[in-house]
Amino acid sequence: MQVIISNQSKEPIYRQIYAQIKKQILTNELKPGESLPSMRQLAKDLNISVITTKRAYEELENDGFIYSIVGKGSFVCEQNNEMILERKMKVIEEQLLSAIQNSKEVGIELEELKELLTLLYKEDT
Amino acid sequence: MENVIELQHVYKAFKGFELKDLSISVKKGFVTGFIGGNGAGKSTTIKLIMNLLKPDSGTISIFGMDYKKNEKEIKQRIGFVFDSNIFYENITLAEMKKIIKPAYRKWDDTLFNQYVDMFELPLKKNLKTFSKGMKMKASLTIALSHHAELIIMDEPTSGLDPIIRSELLNILHNLMQNGERTILFSTHITTDLDRIADYITFIHNGQHIFTKEYYKIEEEFAIVKGGTNLLDRDTEQEFIGIHKTNHGFRALTANKQRTKNIFGDTVIIEKPTLEDIMLYTKKGEERDAKSYS
Repeated sequence: MQVIISNQSKEPIYRQIYAQIKKQILTNELKPGESLPSMRQLAKDLNISVITTKRAYEELENDGFIYSIVGKGSFVCEQNNEMILERKMKVIEEQLLSAIQNSKEVGIELEELKELLTLLYKEDT
Repeated sequence: MENVIELQHVYKAFKGFELKDLSISVKKGFVTGFIGGNGAGKSTTIKLIMNLLKPDSGTISIFGMDYKKNEKEIKQRIGFVFDSNIFYENITLAEMKKIIKPAYRKWDDTLFNQYVDMFELPLKKNLKTFSKGMKMKASLTIALSHHAELIIMDEPTSGLDPIIRSELLNILHNLMQNGERTILFSTHITTDLDRIADYITFIHNGQHIFTKEYYKIEEEFAIVKGGTNLLDRDTEQEFIGIHKTNHGFRALTANKQRTKNIFGDTVIIEKPTLEDIMLYTKKGEERDAKSYS
């Protein structure tokens, strides 16, 4: 599991950890049932305090991405992933539809729209 | 959560200085950074925790026990790392060990040797030839070799170079892995705390100002910068301390959200450092000495 945190970012460190682990769960890089490093191990590796990783794990747990077993550690949840992906897909579809409508209103062709999408997609890394 | 150290309504007065109604607690399994300026009462508080001083009133309990009844038991479980050298200077580390070892029931020679190897400490050289960093490591080795559950460090990083400071913080991270140990770490070098502290306890002028989870500090406090035309008697109340110049003001708020609501986009709001918090608390004290925890 890769987690890169920035000290310059405005985003609090626990949010950065939360977002990166969440992304890896949604993209299936972290598989259901897979164990996460212990909070104390992650804190040590990232060189931050335990309470920061604790908060990130707590929020991931509250939002249903991971679960914890006392004495055993934290694991990626099974059931929710597909639901979340499906929900995300739905949102993306809606947003694309409205982009298509807007394009049609001003006469932007499909090719042009694709180009724009590709450009924006690549820019936002 | 379990408290390893608990001070309740502790008073201690000296000529020209007093600790006033100090109630603080230190949680098991975490690192608490203990900050405050020179003369704020950090060392006095640590001496009270170590039973080197007795409070005028109030109660102190360590591991849930009282020094009056369980002093020996408590001290067996504490490791102490001082800023300055507390050892006799004219003996070697091996001789020092012989003196200290009988005092602790759980003394562990294997562990002692492990740390000596890891820290590359010479056993047969006089302690007075040790550098500052080596003295700190020797002090830490002694503290760790009797399986202390509570480690109290008084300014352990002062006078150390960045490499040794970083090494020390890695060692502390390793010590915290099993969740059974507790560290109280007093320091002036507040950037060291970014990497290790779970809680921050801040005292000022003998008073407890706050104890908070470290991440809450940046959620609640903020540095605010803007034009002095924004300040009047009411808006100034928002701040703990204000620094005004001809070109604008810089101030610290303890309620970031409310400050945002009041000033909106007319000001710049930034993350505060622990140093900012210490500095502005001092600035604001003539105006308002109340705690804002």
